[in-house]
Amino acid sequence: MIMLSQIRAMLTALLLTVLFCNSFVHADEIMMVRAQQSFPEAMSKLQEQIKAKGYVVSRVQRVDIGLTKSGYKTDKYRVVFFGKPDEIRHLVKNYPELQAYLPLKISIFAEGSDTILVAANPHHLQKAGGKQLTRLMTRWEQDIAAIFATMREDE
Amino acid sequence: MLKRFFTCLLITSGLYLPASVYADGAGLYARHCAACHGAEGNGGVGVPLALPAFLKSVDDAFLSKSIRDGRPGRVMPAFSKLSDVEVKSLVKYIRSWSDSPAATFSTVAVHGNARHGKKLFAKFCASCHGANGEGGHGTGVTFSRPRDLPIIAPAINNAGFLTSASDQLIKRTLMQGREGTPMVSFLKQGMTEADINDVVAYVRSFEKNQSNQTQESFDKEPLTLAYESPYDMKGTIDRVKAAAKGKNFRIIREQKLENGLVKQSEENPNQVIVYFCNFQLLNQALTVDPRVGLFLPCRVTISESKGQVVIYAINPKRLSKLFNNHELNKLCDGMYETYTSILEEATL
Ligand code: HEC
Ligand code: HEC
Repeated sequence: MIMLSQIRAMLTALLLTVLFCNSFVHADEIMMVRAQQSFPEAMSKLQEQIKAKGYVVSRVQRVDIGLTKSGYKTDKYRVVFFGKPDEIRHLVKNYPELQAYLPLKISIFAEGSDTILVAANPHHLQKAGGKQLTRLMTRWEQDIAAIFATMREDE
Repeated sequence: MLKRFFTCLLITSGLYLPASVYADGAGLYARHCAACHGAEGNGGVGVPLALPAFLKSVDDAFLSKSIRDGRPGRVMPAFSKLSDVEVKSLVKYIRSWSDSPAATFSTVAVHGNARHGKKLFAKFCASCHGANGEGGHGTGVTFSRPRDLPIIAPAINNAGFLTSASDQLIKRTLMQGREGTPMVSFLKQGMTEADINDVVAYVRSFEKNQSNQTQESFDKEPLTLAYESPYDMKGTIDRVKAAAKGKNFRIIREQKLENGLVKQSEENPNQVIVYFCNFQLLNQALTVDPRVGLFLPCRVTISESKGQVVIYAINPKRLSKLFNNHELNKLCDGMYETYTSILEEATL
């Protein structure tokens, strides 16, 4: 019987640990990572990671047409679009203004022998809705953070 | 039972405690800074941090305050959520790149004639740091475009810089310069110490001209531009394309919003995306900040619900705040004008 209160205390501690540690330390609205990998390697790893999180990669858009002509030393700049069909449908239906920002996307470009990845923190869309949206945005943020963490690891 | 809970607690905390809680400087740096400043501090979107001449001429307070306050409007974010311990380990890690000890400075203010300093500034500094100390164009050693300067001059009228740098730090930078960077010693350029004091006084006076309205005006901006169309889906799409072409854009793609997400036969025909592009604008934007490619090329979404067609576009006015980059302001305002005029024309 004595143990019950101890267990409760421990459970609280456990919960607090999980809650506390789960709150990602993000500085601002843009999420970024440097992958110390060549562009093609990083690109295929990114797509693998997106799929591993249960998303569909819907399209890879080139943004670099004509870049080299205007003096850039790289011509490798893409935006990768992805999403979970049911989530996208749900948002389009319930938060129509979010359509302008969907599906999700990560931009990826070469910088020397490294590759840089950039995403807008999904929380920047929060303005469109209430609590329901917060939950989804938080999960998206965590998924992108996890994808970026894997991209950061060597190999 | 109790034991099992303990084990459980340990395992869970082990899983969830990221590097940040252990305050491992290298891990924190890789996670929060390397994307911009380079894996070894040699610069990228952000300025190089590993240069011996830089590390030798700043104190730890400058580094930690810079991390905390960032550079509002100059890309460098404010890391207000890091703990003191984490900031300390970051500073320690950055210090590990150089053998020379951190600079130390007396807290004695530098007094000088700011009006004379202003004249000297226009003559000796404005060419790199901008007429009002707003910094060079672009940031850091930016992306991969051709560079005429290896390091772009930082903004020194920036609130984040001014709270981080003491008078004596600024003075020593002017007296000694930073070897290996375009920032030279102005004693060697023929200024006297009194002149330098005057310039420091002028740089300090930038503090009075800080404007604070950005957050508020940002919050007021709607997320999305939305225009109801009196036409049907196809009619609206055609009008959007015509309007974009009329503004010198090339239509590069039309697709269902769900394209690629679901089987082609299951794509909802009621949401269609039209992409259009103006290469000159695109390149201009990427030169200012390579990260804005995330929102390019230009795009509108045409959507029909219960017989009503609406055109949606992102609100570009939110982008410069999102990217913490004042230099994008003008560009984003231009993009805003473009979007609204295309949307207006299409729904006329
Ligand atoms: C999104 C890109 C970005 C990230 C992330 C970033 N910085 Fe910066 N940082 C910059 C830019 C750009 C500047 C130069 C600002 C200017 O030009 O005025 C800068 C400036 C600085 C300066 C001042 C340098 C000088 O010469 O005065 C320090 C110190 C610094 N950053 C440290 C860090 C640390 C440490 C981190 C991680 C905790 C970090 N930065 C994360 C972009 C970034
Ligand atoms: C040729 C271009 C150039 C000129 C001219 C120049 N600077 Fe600089 N300045 C730079 C660069 C580049 C840096 C960044 C050096 C580094 O990476 O540490 C810098 C750094 C500084 C810094 C430190 C800022 C920081 O965040 O670390 C101060 C202060 C400064 N300059 C003031 C001045 C003043 C005042 C003058 C005129 C007397 C001047 N500069 C002239 C290019 C220039």
